[in-house]
Amino acid sequence: MAQIFHPSTNTISRVTIFGGLILLIAVVTGLATINESPYITEVGVARTQPVPFSHKHHVGDDGIDCRYCHTSVEESSFAGIPPTKTCMNCHTQIWPDSPILEPVRESFRTGKSIQWTRVHNLPGFVYFNHSIHVHKGIGCVTCHGRVDRMPLMWRENTLYMDWCLECHRAPERFVRPREDVFSMEYQAPADQLALGQKLVKEYRIQKLTSCSTCHR
Amino acid sequence: MASKPPDISGDTLPVIEPGHTFASLTDKISSIVLTGRTPLFWYITFGVGFILVLVLLFCITAVVAVGVGLFGVMIPVAWGFAIVNFVWWIGIGHAGTLISAILLLLRQKWRQSINRFAEAMTLFAVACAGIFPLIHLGRPWFFYWLFPYPSTMGVQPQFRSPLVWDVFAVSTYFTVSLLFWFLGLIPDLATLRDRATRRMPRFIYGMLAMGWRGSAIHWHRYEMAYLLLAGLATPLVVSVHTVVSFDFAVALVPGWHSTIFPPYFVAGAIYSGFAMVLTIAIPLRRLYGLEDFITLRHLKNMAIVMLATGMIVAYGYLMETFMAWYSGDIFEKYMMMNRMFGPYGWMYWILILFNILIPQALWIRRLQTKPWVLFLIAIAVNIGMWLERYVIVVVSLHRDFMPSAWGMYSGTVFDYGVFVGTIGLFVALLFLFIRLLPMISIFEMRELVHEEEARGE
Amino acid sequence: MSNGTESASLPEAAQSTAGGREYWRSLEEFAGTETFKELMDNHLPRHAAAWTSAMDRRDFLKLMGASLALAGVSGCLSPAPAPPDEKIVPYVNQPEEIVPGKPLYFATAIPSEGYGRGVLVESHMGRPTKVEGNPQHPASLGATDAITQASVLGLYDPDRSRVISNAGRVATWDAFFSALNAELESQRVSQGAGLRILTETVTSPTLAAQLQEILRIFPKAKWHQFDGVGGDYVHQGARMAFGQPLETVYRLEEADVIISLDADFLLRSPASLRYAREFINRRRVPGTSSEANRLYMIESTFSLTGSNADHRLAVSPSAIPQLAKTLAARLGVPISAEQPTISPANEKWLGALVKDLQAHRGRSAIIPGEYQPAIVHALAHAMNDALGNIGKTVFYTDPVAVNATNHAESLRELVRDLEENAAQVLIMLGGNPAYTAPADIDFAGHLVTSNFNVHLSLYEDETSALCHWHIPQAHYLESWSDVRAYDGTVTIMQPLIAPLYGGRTAHEILAAVAGQAERSSYEIVRNYWRGQSQAKNFDAAWRTALHDGFIAGTAFSSRNVKPKPASGFDASEPERANSAAAVKAQNQPLLEVIYRPDPAILDGRFANNGWLQELPKPLTKLTWDNAVLMSPATAAKLGLTYQVGGTGGEHGTIYADVVELEYDGRRTRGPGWIVPGHADDCVTIHLGYGRRRAGRVGTNLGFNANALRTLDTLWHGTAIAIRKTGAQYALACTQFHHLMEGRDLVRAGTIDEYHKNPKFLMERKSEKEAPATLYPGYKYDGYAWGMSIDVNACIGCNACVAACHAENNGPVVGKKEVLRGREMHWIRVDRYHRGEPSNPETYYQPVPCMQCENAPCELVCPVGATTHSQDGLNDMVYNRCVGTRYCSNNCPYKVRRFNFFLYSDFKTESLKPLRNPDVTVRSRGVMEKCTYCVQRINQAKIAAEKDDRAVHDGEIETACQQACPTRAIIFGDINDPQSRVSQVKAQPLSYGLLTELNTRPRTTYQAKLRNPNPEIENG
Repeated sequence: MAQIFHPSTNTISRVTIFGGLILLIAVVTGLATINESPYITEVGVARTQPVPFSHKHHVGDDGIDCRYCHTSVEESSFAGIPPTKTCMNCHTQIWPDSPILEPVRESFRTGKSIQWTRVHNLPGFVYFNHSIHVHKGIGCVTCHGRVDRMPLMWRENTLYMDWCLECHRAPERFVRPREDVFSMEYQAPADQLALGQKLVKEYRIQKLTSCSTCHR
Repeated sequence: MASKPPDISGDTLPVIEPGHTFASLTDKISSIVLTGRTPLFWYITFGVGFILVLVLLFCITAVVAVGVGLFGVMIPVAWGFAIVNFVWWIGIGHAGTLISAILLLLRQKWRQSINRFAEAMTLFAVACAGIFPLIHLGRPWFFYWLFPYPSTMGVQPQFRSPLVWDVFAVSTYFTVSLLFWFLGLIPDLATLRDRATRRMPRFIYGMLAMGWRGSAIHWHRYEMAYLLLAGLATPLVVSVHTVVSFDFAVALVPGWHSTIFPPYFVAGAIYSGFAMVLTIAIPLRRLYGLEDFITLRHLKNMAIVMLATGMIVAYGYLMETFMAWYSGDIFEKYMMMNRMFGPYGWMYWILILFNILIPQALWIRRLQTKPWVLFLIAIAVNIGMWLERYVIVVVSLHRDFMPSAWGMYSGTVFDYGVFVGTIGLFVALLFLFIRLLPMISIFEMRELVHEEEARGE
Repeated sequence: MSNGTESASLPEAAQSTAGGREYWRSLEEFAGTETFKELMDNHLPRHAAAWTSAMDRRDFLKLMGASLALAGVSGCLSPAPAPPDEKIVPYVNQPEEIVPGKPLYFATAIPSEGYGRGVLVESHMGRPTKVEGNPQHPASLGATDAITQASVLGLYDPDRSRVISNAGRVATWDAFFSALNAELESQRVSQGAGLRILTETVTSPTLAAQLQEILRIFPKAKWHQFDGVGGDYVHQGARMAFGQPLETVYRLEEADVIISLDADFLLRSPASLRYAREFINRRRVPGTSSEANRLYMIESTFSLTGSNADHRLAVSPSAIPQLAKTLAARLGVPISAEQPTISPANEKWLGALVKDLQAHRGRSAIIPGEYQPAIVHALAHAMNDALGNIGKTVFYTDPVAVNATNHAESLRELVRDLEENAAQVLIMLGGNPAYTAPADIDFAGHLVTSNFNVHLSLYEDETSALCHWHIPQAHYLESWSDVRAYDGTVTIMQPLIAPLYGGRTAHEILAAVAGQAERSSYEIVRNYWRGQSQAKNFDAAWRTALHDGFIAGTAFSSRNVKPKPASGFDASEPERANSAAAVKAQNQPLLEVIYRPDPAILDGRFANNGWLQELPKPLTKLTWDNAVLMSPATAAKLGLTYQVGGTGGEHGTIYADVVELEYDGRRTRGPGWIVPGHADDCVTIHLGYGRRRAGRVGTNLGFNANALRTLDTLWHGTAIAIRKTGAQYALACTQFHHLMEGRDLVRAGTIDEYHKNPKFLMERKSEKEAPATLYPGYKYDGYAWGMSIDVNACIGCNACVAACHAENNGPVVGKKEVLRGREMHWIRVDRYHRGEPSNPETYYQPVPCMQCENAPCELVCPVGATTHSQDGLNDMVYNRCVGTRYCSNNCPYKVRRFNFFLYSDFKTESLKPLRNPDVTVRSRGVMEKCTYCVQRINQAKIAAEKDDRAVHDGEIETACQQACPTRAIIFGDINDPQSRVSQVKAQPLSYGLLTELNTRPRTTYQAKLRNPNPEIENG
C-alpha cells in the first residue's frame, strides 16, 4: 500500500503549527497598528476645506489671537466657529476680490453658511468643555498642536480616550500658566512636573476620572 | 470461551462482553465509521437536527438585527431563557470530563467505552451553551469588551463581576476538553488511517493522526500527556459550574444570594450530565448494536452516579427551603413561598417530581439494569434540571424586593426557537461525530480485551 | 437653572425680543416659505399619516447651525467617531445673545385650559428644549405640571397640521383671506347676523379686545364658547350666590380645615400648582410651628386630591348636592331644604366634620368641585360666609375668563342656529367640538351643513375634517399672545421659535375678520398693551414684562361681596335632566356615571403626545387607555374580574373584562377597571380617548365617552346601563400590585404620634450603624450629592416623571412594550393602598435611582459601564454598556431601564431639535437610569470652578426637583452639614429604602404623616 505522506510532511506540519501561532500574533498586532495609524486616527492628515483657510498665515504670520475667531472658547463648551461676518470684517478691505475668497463672499451675499469640514470631532456621547480646560491652564497647543504651522488644519492627536486619560490621570504633566494658554511658542520648562504640581494646587485642578466627567 | 449468563444482581457484570478479540472489536467499531453505507436513522436524525440548526440561525440573526427585545426579557426579569439554557447546557457538559478525567485518575475501567462520546457530548454542549451569553447581550458586537486587551479606551473589564470569571472559566473548560478529546483520538485516528481503503479518508485521518506510529515512545509520551491533561481537567469539572453558580450567588436577589450554590450547582451539573449520557448511550448501543461494549455494567454504574448526585441536589433543595425559613428574612421567606405556591409554583413541583422523586426508583437494583427504565428516568432528569434553572433564574427575579416592580415573564417564539435550535445543533454535531470518528475508544477497548484474556487464562 | 434668567436681566431680554425676533424671522423664511413650497408640491393634505419630513436635510443643518457642532443633537451611540466628512456649519451673522453651547431662558406662559401659568423655556441655539416653572409667577411658583412639561413635545410633533387647506386642497393665506372677505361682505349687510365665533375659555385681554372690536363691526354677530374641559359651573354658582359671575381664590396657607366637595384642586384647577404648594406647606413636619391642616374629601370618583385627604367620604354624584345642603344646614346656613336621611356612619362622619369646622371658624375653607352644579358652589359660598372664611381663606375677584357664559347653553344655542341656518359663517378658534361635543346634539352633523366654516387648530382633527377651511394653529411656544392667570395676572406670551409649520394665531384670524389680514400677532399684542399702559417709557415696561414673564400689578384685587340668603338659591337646578334613558334598559343595573377629563390628555387635546399617553395615570397607573372605573363592590355586582397577564403581569398586562355601556340608546364598550375607594353604584369614565383623527400616536386609543354624553349630563349622568360582555381587553398598567407585602417601603404614622415621639417610626429598625466590612469606604473630599424625597409632601401628580423624561431625552416605547413591562421612566411614582378596599389610605412614593453607596449594580457589571463617581454618583456610561442587564437584576429598587429595541427616534427630523444636547440619546441594547441629572451637576461645577468658588447649596436643581409643585424633592451636597439636604436627612423622619440590604442609598425619604380627626379615626 503506497505511502500517503511524503517524509516532508513532518517538516510541513511543524512549520504550520508554529507558523500558525506567528501568523495569529502578526494579524493582531497588525490590526492594532492600523487602529493607531493616521489612516484611522487622521492624525497629521490635512483636510481639504471649501476655502483653503490657513491657520499658519492668520495665526503664524498675522498673529491673530485664537479668541478673535473662536470667541466662545472661554465661556462655553464649544469654542465657536467664526460666522462669515468675522471673515468679512477684514476681507472687505484685504483681498476684497481674491478668487479663492469667493465662497466667503458668496456666503455673505446669499446668507448660506460655509460648510467647513470638521477636523476635531468627538463621538456624540463625549461631552468636552473648552472653557474649563482653558481656565485650568491647558494650552490650545497641548491638544491642537502648533496650528500656527498648519497651512491646512489637521488633527494633532488621536482624541482616543486613553489619550484624554493621559492628562486626566496626571494633569501636572501638561498644565501651563493661564497667561500662556493661548500662546503658540510657549515651551514647557525642564521641570514641568514641579511647575505642574504647583499649578495643580494653585488652580485647584482635580484628577477627574469619573465616567460622568465626560459621558452622560 | 463459553460466555456465562449475566447475573441480574449485576455486581459482576462485565465492562465488555466476553468473546471479543482485538480484531473483532476493531472491526466492529471502525466499521461504523469506514462503512460506505450510512444507516437510514442517521439521515433522519441528522436531518431533523440540521433543520433545527437553520431555525437557530434564523433566530440569532433576527435577535442581533432587531434587538434582544425579541426575547421575553423585561424589567424586573431581565434574564430569561438565554441564561436558563446556558446553565443547563454547561451542566450537561460536565459528564464528559468527569468520566474521562476523574474516572481515569481513579482507574475506573468501565469508563473506557463511554468516555469518547461523553467527551464529544461535553464539547458540543459547551458549544451550545456558549451561544447564549453572547446573543442575550444588548449589543453582542461588543462582546470582546469582556476580555482584557490593550484598548484605545484605556479601560479594562470589571474583574469583580462573575460574568468576567465566566468568560475565563468556560473558555478554559472548552479548550482543555477539546485538547483532551483530541489527544485521546490520536491513536484511533491512526487506526482509521491504516484501515481506510480510499485515499481521501486515509489522507484526512492521516493528517489528524499527526504521524502516530504507535511506537513505544509515542505510547509513553501519549500516556504522560493524557495523564497531565486529566490532572488539568479535574479541577475544571468543579470550577466551571462553581463560577457559573457565582453569577447568582454573588447577586443579592432572594433565591440567588446563597452560599450553598457552588456545590449544589456542581452536583446538579454532573447529575444532568450523566442523565444526558444515558439519554444518548442507550439508544445508540441499540441502534449500532454496541451492547457488547456499552454493557449493562456501564448503565448500572451511571445510574448509581446519578442517584448519588441526585441525592446531593435533593439536599440542596432541602437546605434552600430550610434556610429561607431559618434566616427569618422576610424576602427569603416570601421567595420560597412564591416559588412553591406563586404563579410559577407548578414548575417547582414538577421539578421536585422529576429530579427527586422519580430517580428514587434507582434504589431498586433490578431497575438499574433496565435500559428503557434508565432512559425514561434520564429524560425526566433532563427536563427537571431545565425547570430547576428556570425556577432559579426567572421565579427569583419576577418578585424580588419591591412589590411595585413585580411582573411576570414568559418566553417568546424566539426564546423557544433558540432553545430547540441549540438542541438541533447538539444532535447534528453528535451525529456527524458518530459518523466520522470512532465513538468508542478502540485502543482502550483493546486493553480491556487484553485483560479479559489475561483473566480468561 | 432659573438663575440664568434673572442674571440675564434687561439687555438680554431686549435682544430676546428685538435681536431675537430678527433671528426668528430668518427662521420663518426657512420654516414658513420653503417647507410651504415643498408641501405645495408633494404634500397631499388630509393624510395625517402620509407625513414627509418637515425640513429637508440641508435646511435642517442650516437651522441647527453650530448646535450640530456640539454633536449633542444627534448625540447617539455610534461606537466609532463620527464619519470624517461631517460638516460644521457656522452662522453667517451670529445673533449677539447666542453663545454656541450655552442655553438661553425666555419667560412666557402656557395657557392651560385658558388660564395662564408662567414658565421659563430653555432654548438651545433657538430650539426650545425644556419648559420650567417661573418662580415669580403666582400660578407657578417655579413648579410645573406634567402637561406643561410635555407641551414642548407637542411643539415638535411631526403630526401637526402644516398647510392651510380648503376642502382638502392646499391653499394659501391670501386665498383664505379673500374667501373670508367675500363671506364677510355679505355679512356686513346683515350686520353680521350670520357670523358666529366659537372659542374655548378666553382669558387673553388682547383676544377679548379683538372680539369686542368684531362685535362692534358686526353688531349682530355672536360669540360662543365651548371648552372640552371647562364647565363654567364656578361662574354659574357665583351668579346664583352673588348675582354676578365671580372667581373664587383660596388662600390654603391660612386654612386649618379644608373641605373639598369633589374639588380636585391639587391637580385640576387653574391654581393647582399654587394650591398644592400652600396645602403641603401646612403639612410639612417638622416645619411650620402652626398645626397641620386637615383635608376632608367628599367625592365620587377617586381623585388625586381625594387620595391625599385625611378623611374621605365616597358617595354617588347625585348625593353630593344633598350632602352639601345637609352640611350647610348644620353650619347654620338658613336653607329651606328637606333633610335627607343619612347613614349612621356618614352621620358620625359629618358630625365630626361639622365640629371641626365650627372649631376653626375663619380658618377653614370649603371648596366646591368645578364640575359640581351651581347649587353646590352657591352653598359652598354660603357656608364659607357662615364660617366667616370670606376675606380670610376665601376671596372673590372679577372673573378671569372673559364674558363667562354657560358653555353647554352657548353650544346648544350655536347648534340651534346652525340648524336654522342662522349661522352662515362659523369661525372656530382652537378646540375640537366635532369630537368633544356630546353626542346628543350632533355638532358634527350640523357643522357639515353650514355654508362657510373655518377651523384654527394644531392638528387636522375631527373638526378640521368637516370644515371648509383649516388653518394650522401656532403652538403657544410659537405665538405672540397674552393670557391671564387664575388671579388675573397677565403674562405676555413670547415665541421661542418661528412657527415650524407656518401656523397662525387666533389674533391673526380675528384680525383678518376685522379686515387686517397682514397684521402680525406681535404688533396686535404690542399695540393693545401700548394702548393699555400708562408707563411713560412703554418699551422699557414691555421689556420688563417680557423678561419677568408677567405684568406686575395686573392681578385682580379681591372684591368685598356677600352671598345672598341661601333661601334664594334655585334648588331645583341640581335635578339634572335624566331624560328617557332610565326607561330603556330595565332588567340591567342602572348606575350613575361621572365624566372627567383624563389626568394626562384632558379632553383629548393632548392625545397625540406620546409622553403624556405613556405617563402612568395617578392611582390607576394605566397608560395608553381609558377605562370604566368602578368600586370593588360595583365590579362584584356586575361580575367583573381581571386577570394578570402571563407576560408583563402586575408590571405590564392586566386583562380586564369589557363592559358595554348604554345610555339613551347610544352604546359604547370599554374595559372595566376596579378602583379601591371609588363610590359604589357609579362609574367614572375619562374623556379624551377614542379619537379618530388625532395623529399617529393618539388615533384609535381607548374608547370615546362622548358617544354617551348629552349636553344635559356633561359631567354627571344617571341611569346608565352597564352589562358585562364576554370579551377581555389587555390594559397596560405599570403597577397593579398595590400592597406593600409587609415590607417597610413607605413609613407612615399620624402627626399626633409624631408629636408624642418624633422617632416613633424609626425605632422599628436600627437604621444608622452600617454592618462591619473589610473593605474601605469611599472617601469624598469634594462634593457628595444626595437627595431626600418627602413622601409626606408627594401628592402623586407625575410632574417629576414628565420632567425627568423631558430633561433626559426619554423615549416613548408604545403600549405594546409597556404591556411587556418595558416602560422607560427613570423615576416612577409608586402607589400603595392600605385599609379596606372600600375606602383605603393611599401612599405615593417617587422612586428614582438611589445612587447607593454600596451599589449592587456596580459590582456585577462586567465592563464597568456603571461605576462610582468621585461625587458618589452611580455613573451610567451608555457608550460602555454591552447590555448584560445583570445590573438591573441586582438592583433591589428596579430603577434601571433597558433599551430592548431602538426606542429613541433617530429618524424623525422634527424631533431632533427637541433633544437636550447635554444628554446622550440612548440607542438599542444599553441600560439607562437616573443620574441625578449629572449634566446639570457638571454645568454647575464647571461654572463654579470658572469663578473659583464652590457650588453653593441649591444652585443645582434636578429636573424632578424643579418641577415638583410641593417641593417634595431636595437635592444637594451631603458632605456639607449646612446644606438643606443634610439637615433634612438629619431629621427623625428621614429613612432609607431597603437599608437592611446595606446598599446605603443616597436617596432617602421623609416618612408620611397623616392628620386624621381622632373622632373619626378611633371608634
